[in-house]
Amino acid sequence: MNAAPADTRAFWWMLLTAAMSTLPHLPYIASWLGGGTVIILAWQAWRIHRRIDAPRWYITTPLAIGAGVAVVITYQTLLGKQAGIALLVVLLSLKLLESRSPRDLRVCIFLAMFLQLGLFLDTESALTAAIAVLSALSAIATLISLSGLRSPQRTLKLAGTMVLQSVPFMLLLFFLFPRIPGPLWGLPEDAFAARTGLSDSMSPGSISELIQSGAVAFRVKFDESPPPRHQLYWRGPVLTNFDGRRWTPVKTGDATAPEYAVAGTPYRYTMTLEAHDKPWLLALDYPGPGVQNARYATDYRLLDSKRIQQRTRYTAESYPESRVGLNESQSTLVVALTLPPERNPRTVELARTLRASHESPEATLNAALSWMRTAGLNYTLRPPTLGLNTADEFLFDTKRGFCEHFASSFVILMRAAGIPARVVTGYQGGELNAYDGHLVVRQSDAHAWSEVWLEGRGWLRVDPTAQSHPARLDDGLAAALGANDAIPLFIRPDMQWLRDLRQRWDFVNNAWNQWVLGYDQARQQDFLSRLGLEKGNWPQLAGVLLGMSALIMLTLLWWAHRTQRESDPLLRQWARFEHKLRRAGVPRLIHEGPDDYARRAGAALVAHRDAIGSIATQYSRLRYGRGTPERHEIQQLKSMIDRLKF
Amino acid sequence: MDLRLFRIRPAEAYPIVLERRRIFVLPTRSGLLFAFTLFAMLLASINYTLSLGYALTFLLAGVGVTSTFHAYRNLLGIEVNGGHGTPAHVSDMVGFEFSLNDKARRDRFAIGVINSEETVVTDLPASSTLHVRLTCRAIRRGPLDAGRIVIETRFPLGLVRAWSVFTPDHTVIVYPAIEREAPNPPRGGEDHDGESSASDGSDDFAGLRGHRNTDSPRQMAWKAIARADTLISKSFTASAGQQLDLRWFDLPDTLDTEARLSRLTRWVVDAAAQAREYTLTLPDQSIGPGHDATHRDRCLTALALFGMSAHS
Repeated sequence: MNAAPADTRAFWWMLLTAAMSTLPHLPYIASWLGGGTVIILAWQAWRIHRRIDAPRWYITTPLAIGAGVAVVITYQTLLGKQAGIALLVVLLSLKLLESRSPRDLRVCIFLAMFLQLGLFLDTESALTAAIAVLSALSAIATLISLSGLRSPQRTLKLAGTMVLQSVPFMLLLFFLFPRIPGPLWGLPEDAFAARTGLSDSMSPGSISELIQSGAVAFRVKFDESPPPRHQLYWRGPVLTNFDGRRWTPVKTGDATAPEYAVAGTPYRYTMTLEAHDKPWLLALDYPGPGVQNARYATDYRLLDSKRIQQRTRYTAESYPESRVGLNESQSTLVVALTLPPERNPRTVELARTLRASHESPEATLNAALSWMRTAGLNYTLRPPTLGLNTADEFLFDTKRGFCEHFASSFVILMRAAGIPARVVTGYQGGELNAYDGHLVVRQSDAHAWSEVWLEGRGWLRVDPTAQSHPARLDDGLAAALGANDAIPLFIRPDMQWLRDLRQRWDFVNNAWNQWVLGYDQARQQDFLSRLGLEKGNWPQLAGVLLGMSALIMLTLLWWAHRTQRESDPLLRQWARFEHKLRRAGVPRLIHEGPDDYARRAGAALVAHRDAIGSIATQYSRLRYGRGTPERHEIQQLKSMIDRLKF
Repeated sequence: MDLRLFRIRPAEAYPIVLERRRIFVLPTRSGLLFAFTLFAMLLASINYTLSLGYALTFLLAGVGVTSTFHAYRNLLGIEVNGGHGTPAHVSDMVGFEFSLNDKARRDRFAIGVINSEETVVTDLPASSTLHVRLTCRAIRRGPLDAGRIVIETRFPLGLVRAWSVFTPDHTVIVYPAIEREAPNPPRGGEDHDGESSASDGSDDFAGLRGHRNTDSPRQMAWKAIARADTLISKSFTASAGQQLDLRWFDLPDTLDTEARLSRLTRWVVDAAAQAREYTLTLPDQSIGPGHDATHRDRCLTALALFGMSAHS
């Protein structure tokens, strides 16, 4: 059967499927490949339309070799996500072009299905999911039309029915199939390219770039009410080394528990951290012990053993009132005092003056802060470019800067005054979603602040930006910005409706993230235990999985046995009558009319001869007599048949 | 595979209803390739932690499972009956006719009816009856069984094949081959001594007479009927006077059994075609005289079954 060429309709369906599976990839693949795909699809359409035979091997083979070579040249490899997708696109296009038989088309369909999955490598939005479902539907329709169904409407309807019928399977397997944490093998280098997030160094401009992005960094669900806004400091990389321009972290030790004693009010929360391809787990200062699988760095960061390459969920408990660094090591303090020589002479001079006129480091610190408050510093997203002496230029010349300028200048000032200090980057604040109570922290909430160390008090958080511009802390970024600054659209305070819309969208998105995209091993175990299944009890899980599958299969079996209800009420009664007699051992022969049948059945079932006879007579009268049978007449026939019992 | 799943049973009487216990379902090669694709998709989903990848993979897996039930349902409740067999001679194509009847009131698509030599694929609309003819070459005279018949479908996705096997009690008689260049039959009457008297005129038209129920359509005088408004047959001199006597023992001894049967078959067919009255005499029986189609069939059947004691 396979040798025969496939039906033209199947080719059209296949073309649609191929288009739906390859075209969404166009933004992500090399432009020559995208263009080539479009040309090949158009060529195929023309070929089907004009009923031209598939091109011969001497056309397709060089094309395939050429495309393969081009993929290798473009991507430098055949492995990896990008190159793999590119190769699949090439394979599908060319296979489509040379397809003749149903078998060729089936291969195309399976390639297309894989490509639909490949789309999720780039984006897992609800839109991509919709595209994937539609192209899967089209793939199924193609298979159906290959099996001989001609009408496109019926093909589509059947495909839709099959997809709907398989939704229970999908849900069952999706939620119960054991989630194996990936990767199974080494991921190619490009697997997590282009994730936005904090970087492990800070140079002028790095954070203001980040804040232009409205992408969600993480979501937090507090068990009870969240802490006040001025305590919402989410700690990221701690930067101690300074080379005059770039701030970089020092190497720290880590342990399975924090080295400080927690104190004060605890806040318990669940984090859903977006992948950022860096090892740090963001936590509210200062996390208490007990975060699963986490390491506690000596600079109070929370770290994962590997880079966060997928959305990660963890629960933590933070104690903002804890005192940290009471017994800080000398070596750390020495680094926190180091400044590159012969830089920022004016700042160093200012520091010396402040230090000389104040007794204690604490007083010096306060004096420095009040100096900054009154220096007329402006907060802006677009600070002017600075030269070699960044602190000097910011504090005395341009006076325009972003949180990183405030923080780094303040740290330089402190160090020059002999007070150990360092820059901390992370996120500050967040937006509480009115719909699901999640605190959403975006890249635009990225922030830099400073920490100073005082004898007997340990490390203290000092946020010079907030000191100079308190609004930054209380009302968020937009309030702190000057009127001349172009405020990114997504944080504009005057657009309440936009914010509302965004919150709703975010709510949907969050639910989608939590239940669909973020459904990982941890979430699954949580879900299973809520269903009353024991954690890690695989036989039990397998039992449930099999039992539910069996239930679905039985439903399908019931559906398969269900016959179409006869629409003619009279015929329906006759069918019941026939069915009863067949059960009694007298099936109607194919050529028998009602009377002949009744005569034979009456002879076989003598006790019921009269009843059978009168039913047949009544049926004949209603069926072949004058006029349409009245409802009560059919009812009468029905009760006659009801009374017939063997 | 079929043999193991399906114990050989004696031939079944019609009607044969494809009910649930006799429909089997297994994946096709395409189905295995599909499963392989799904497995690769699952691996990719695990490796790259693609939640939507899992969802798509499971959805398609569900479609695969669902298609099993669609295929099964496509066959379920079809009633198979035998149709009119067309008798044939050895080395002709014998046609077995089957009627497929949908009793469950649903459209069925791409139903394949298969015997050892041929596959016929057809759609069966809801509540309808459809005739399918499978042919196979007759190589021996005598009763020919329809053999094992498979009814299968790969609808809707081609990923699974649902099928049912049965051996119907459905036989067609294969008549002996017609000898190609046979001498003319001996004249009837007193002259019984063989093939020498090759004379023609067997279909000399003798006149018209009233129709008898046993007359073959060939004998009908259609033009006369059209004018006279009553049934009229032509009468031939041969059928009136020269009755044919086709006798086994008159054949030359050089012929073996099959050759004799072949020649007698030829004569019977010719005589029937000419609507002559003839008698067939075999070693164990004599049929006739007669000249109509029923007579011819009896004769041919006797020739076909000659020497097969079980059927004689």
